[in-house]
Amino acid sequence: MSLLRLDAVARTYPGERRLFAKAASVRAVDGVSLTVEAGSTLGIVGESGCGKSTLGRLMLGLEPPSEGQVEFDGAAMPAPGTDAWRKLRARMQLVFQDPLGALDRRLTVARQIAEPLVIHGIGDAAARRARVAQLLTDVGLGEDLAARHPHALSGGQRQRAVLARALATDPALLVCDEPVSALDVSIQAQVVNMLVDLQQARGIAMVFISHDLKVVRQVSDSVAVMYLGRIVEQGAADWVLAAPLHPYTRALVSAVPTPGRIARERIVLTGDPPNPAARPSGCAFHPRCPVAVPVCAQQTPPLRAMADGRSVACHLAHPNLDRAA
Amino acid sequence: MEPLISIRGLTVAFDGVPALRGIDLDVHPGEAVGLVGESGCGKSVTWLAALGLLPARAQVGGSVRLGDQELLGAPAPSLDQVRGGRVAMIFQDPASALNPVIRVGKQVEEALRLHRGLTGGAATAEARRLFEQVGIPDPAGRLRAFAHEMSGGQNQRVMIAMALAGRPDLLIADEPTTALDATIQAQILDLLRRVQQDHGMALVLISHDLGVVADLCSRVGVMYAGRMVEQGKAEQIFQSPAHPYTQGLLAALPDMVGPRRRLEAIQGAVPNPASMPPGCAFAPRCGSAGADCDAGTPALRTVRPGHRAACLRIAA
Repeated sequence: MSLLRLDAVARTYPGERRLFAKAASVRAVDGVSLTVEAGSTLGIVGESGCGKSTLGRLMLGLEPPSEGQVEFDGAAMPAPGTDAWRKLRARMQLVFQDPLGALDRRLTVARQIAEPLVIHGIGDAAARRARVAQLLTDVGLGEDLAARHPHALSGGQRQRAVLARALATDPALLVCDEPVSALDVSIQAQVVNMLVDLQQARGIAMVFISHDLKVVRQVSDSVAVMYLGRIVEQGAADWVLAAPLHPYTRALVSAVPTPGRIARERIVLTGDPPNPAARPSGCAFHPRCPVAVPVCAQQTPPLRAMADGRSVACHLAHPNLDRAA
Repeated sequence: MEPLISIRGLTVAFDGVPALRGIDLDVHPGEAVGLVGESGCGKSVTWLAALGLLPARAQVGGSVRLGDQELLGAPAPSLDQVRGGRVAMIFQDPASALNPVIRVGKQVEEALRLHRGLTGGAATAEARRLFEQVGIPDPAGRLRAFAHEMSGGQNQRVMIAMALAGRPDLLIADEPTTALDATIQAQILDLLRRVQQDHGMALVLISHDLGVVADLCSRVGVMYAGRMVEQGKAEQIFQSPAHPYTQGLLAALPDMVGPRRRLEAIQGAVPNPASMPPGCAFAPRCGSAGADCDAGTPALRTVRPGHRAACLRIAA
């Protein structure tokens, strides 16, 4: 049984009110179904506004879905703010991009890491102290840092402190939203290695949200590529990123700047990422798609399974089905 | 060939704390030079100092020559002619570099008036031509837009149009695509390559992303803790890096192809500028450092023709 299951989940926000027009609603996440297995990592990639962060919040029950259902450990996700949801929070944790914003500037590192233990009533004072010392060691922070405040730490040390706090309650699921994007390359590698080690040692399931395909490939077992609230391609990381089938995934993969690769092979998409409030008809990607055909503007391609086990939402990836239709 | 701009022994200190500790760099006409390094290594400060854009409390030393003209200590009116004229600069966040309450077309026209003496209809026509050149759709309509009405990618195109307005010999692009999405980054890199080739303009690309630099630049400088630690042709730097820091940066990058391997992280962190190691600044994080590395700062030595690195472990 999967640890986390999303079934046709959608999240709609009320749009901007116009003076004489009805407010159009924005579908930030639209009909997403996916599963996360215990101990495995799902990477979610896409550009700004594609709904990847909203999806992360739906997975943690921080927001209720407008449609569809989220199940954690076989039971429906309780509504946010309820007692049942609070209890579950010890088993699911979130790590953000900006560690300074996630930490309380007035508390020492040790106090911050102990806080979830206090909130969930885990252990007595002595047990908590021992647990905090262990967590600091696990994330590679020296004990001399325990008494410091967040401003006295470097960016990499802060993100380690945030991780130690997230791991304090022994969660089964960790949702990381751009956890290493603000870090320099040499520090990023340290934190990525540590995340992979901790996840394997503890058997945590991880959802890794990032725009950085190289880092996603490094940590993920499977990958979901999002465009304007929908998953356009999903499958094993090695397949999806090595041999992408959806034209959008192809463009994303080819746009990854890699030292030593010839830039001429790059697919440059025209146009900007579209506005979620003005979703194009049919396949939302068709105005920017280099291979679009007339049917793409009329029909939304469903996410369908391919022979190799991945799923792709593109009319051209399933030519026999759609040409006939 | 005479260098277009020649930097010698450039130093910068803020309140007595050194940020830049002696940089030598030449940029030749029409070439694309990349500067890479992590936060605080001095790659942006180098060019802010060269163009006199640092606050007054910064102590700047050394020499920056643009042709026959010394830029350090030059009077403000002559610097105003250089900035936006012979040397233009674009930054990471175009939205904050643009004036939010003035239409973007007017801002480009202002640059045209200051640097080329164009006014009225001639300035508008030229601004429109520049918008077309940088690939802004509906250029005539977009001249009347405000920065907040445009996307990040479009705003960066406006900044590039404004930079081109003064017909610069050198464009300095400081992390021009860092705030942009992957597909938009690809568009802007393509645009920079095109305008650089069309105008025969030199380009300095400052980036923390080695891939972005590899994409555009023929020559690369790697900076660490206020010094240049390696310099060479792009293929020399990326295929046979000589300095342990450059080697470490490349090994720390995850691959997009091939089997997944554990990342080789560089241990430790960048030294505090107020308490630098006695010798090589990278020695405390370096796998091949020895006692001799603490004796003094290593000078750049030749690895092979055109390729130099500041490391004692390189056979002289």
